[in-house]
Amino acid sequence: MKKIVRNIVLIIATLLFILYAQKNFDSYTLSILNNIGIFAILALSYNLINGVAGQFSLEPNGFVAIGAYFTAILLIPAETKVDMFALVDPAPIILQMKAQFLPAIVIGGIAASLVALLLSFPVFRVRGDYLAIVTLGFGFIIRIFAINNPAYTNGAMGLNDIPSNANFIWIGSIALITFIVMIHIIYSKFGRAMKSVRDDEDAATAMGINTFKMKTYAFMTSAFFEGLGGGLLASMLTTITPDQFSFLLTFQLLIIIVLGGLGSMSGALIATILVMGGMEWLRFLDDNIVLFGKDFGAHPGTRMVVFSIILIIMMLFARRGILGDKELFDYFKKKSK
Amino acid sequence: MNIDIFLQQLVNGASLGSMYALIAIGYTMVYGVLRLINFAHGDIMMVGAFLTFFATSAGMPFEVAVLIGIVGSAIIGILTDKIAYKPLREAPKISLLITAIGISFFLENLFTVLFGSTPKAFKAPEYLTKIFHLGNIYLPISVIIIPTVTLLILAIVLWILYKTKYGMAIRALAFDIQTVKLMGIDADKIIMIVFIIGSALAAIGGVFYAVSYPSIDPLMGIIVGLKAFAAAVLGGIGSVGGAVVGGFILGFTEIFVVAMFPELGGYKDAFAFFFLILVLLFKPTGIMGQDLERGRF
Repeated sequence: MKKIVRNIVLIIATLLFILYAQKNFDSYTLSILNNIGIFAILALSYNLINGVAGQFSLEPNGFVAIGAYFTAILLIPAETKVDMFALVDPAPIILQMKAQFLPAIVIGGIAASLVALLLSFPVFRVRGDYLAIVTLGFGFIIRIFAINNPAYTNGAMGLNDIPSNANFIWIGSIALITFIVMIHIIYSKFGRAMKSVRDDEDAATAMGINTFKMKTYAFMTSAFFEGLGGGLLASMLTTITPDQFSFLLTFQLLIIIVLGGLGSMSGALIATILVMGGMEWLRFLDDNIVLFGKDFGAHPGTRMVVFSIILIIMMLFARRGILGDKELFDYFKKKSK
Repeated sequence: MNIDIFLQQLVNGASLGSMYALIAIGYTMVYGVLRLINFAHGDIMMVGAFLTFFATSAGMPFEVAVLIGIVGSAIIGILTDKIAYKPLREAPKISLLITAIGISFFLENLFTVLFGSTPKAFKAPEYLTKIFHLGNIYLPISVIIIPTVTLLILAIVLWILYKTKYGMAIRALAFDIQTVKLMGIDADKIIMIVFIIGSALAAIGGVFYAVSYPSIDPLMGIIVGLKAFAAAVLGGIGSVGGAVVGGFILGFTEIFVVAMFPELGGYKDAFAFFFLILVLLFKPTGIMGQDLERGRF
């Protein structure tokens, strides 16, 4: 009982913070918060398949792209589409697709989830590093498909003028919902079954767990939220191009969940804030560098050099991530014992 | 497609395939001993091409420049292993993977910061770019030289692997790392040799890339590296012969599909992965590979 009250208080406090932030923060702070929120959604859901179910997949860029494209196509008005598609005329179905914001992002999520269902049949025939390369290939194929089908996606030029509906209230509350759903999955019988698949697949099979089904559940749930996050991303940025969904995106998410501790949702949340905030904070490195009174000029990319050095050092010294595979509140539990 | 064009494309495919094969050998050997997808490998290829480029720009003869590129890449390979992989030998595999990605980001961005992201024109010596013709086939000499050199290198690598003491140690390491250590073999030294061989071959592959598409840029290693890795998995990861077979299959497919169905040209970069998914569906360990995932053999 006490726990339920505590959780409700925490949820209400978070919602109040989201409302307060949307009203009072300046647009720069809000854009950082939006970024953190979207990456939190993506990292949390990626953590489910990669950290909890232990299937080392490198696919999120593909699902994020699917969600983003579906949402964008559903949100952009037909007239704008006709003007925008410069290479070839848009396919008739593209012109007919139209939806409100919430249905649009949910459809994006469902589409990603269905693709995950189809993909799970070939993909889960292999394990480990083979799985990694096959899923990486999937992300790659999605991107190339988007570039080569201008009638549906406007090719390499991407889609712009996407109505900007995603404010921090949407992004923040969906991130909150994602977190709650993920925590619930982890502590449910499904979550325990997924963890058993991660720890020893043969033993899990012996215990009567249908490992293929568990992996597919994890994959589809993960894909749904990645698609949702992709939709929010498209609406926040108002412009999407296939190149945004390269594996750099997957790698960023992988870095976040490993840094937070594979399988730990609160760890993923903390790591998202650290990584996204850190990248923003390191932005000064890309500006003109003045050292000892001498102007070295701007060197774009310096930020990523420093970021990768920090990443390597962190990995060398914090091997199990920030929280290991436990949740933040598990640490408090231990203390009270 | 008439016979002339067919032959011409065949030679082009062999040339492209050689490049993939050379890079794939490095992936497959590192995977064999460390069970690590060395994401930085494609960038080591880029470093090799850049070092060669700078050496030729400084006025050195092409052969010396290539040698500098090879040695430089080998040194970067050793440093990568010592700094980012060696401290994590006992850590979970995914940590190792993240440091590999870290090294990859680091090299790509360092070279972007230092030398800019605009592609640089690569000047190959004239004896490589000269066009010769056989009947109706017109080809630069490089497309003949590249596969020949590759087969020569493959012979050397196989000789090292199967006829020398070090090769035996490398194969033993792929089999069982703990036992090999107990037999009194310096595992770290053998792993260093693997990185030297892999990086040197990647550098040669990078030079071939630079000669064939005469321009280089700091991000050139990403896609080529991924495709070469797909080729290694296609052939069966852990097997050097498999890497070469996978590389050549990939090279031929890319050239021939584009030649026969020009409308599929845009999908060229995806072939590697389409193919890979198909092969893994029917033979989950690749064409020539053994199952390395479930225990060490």
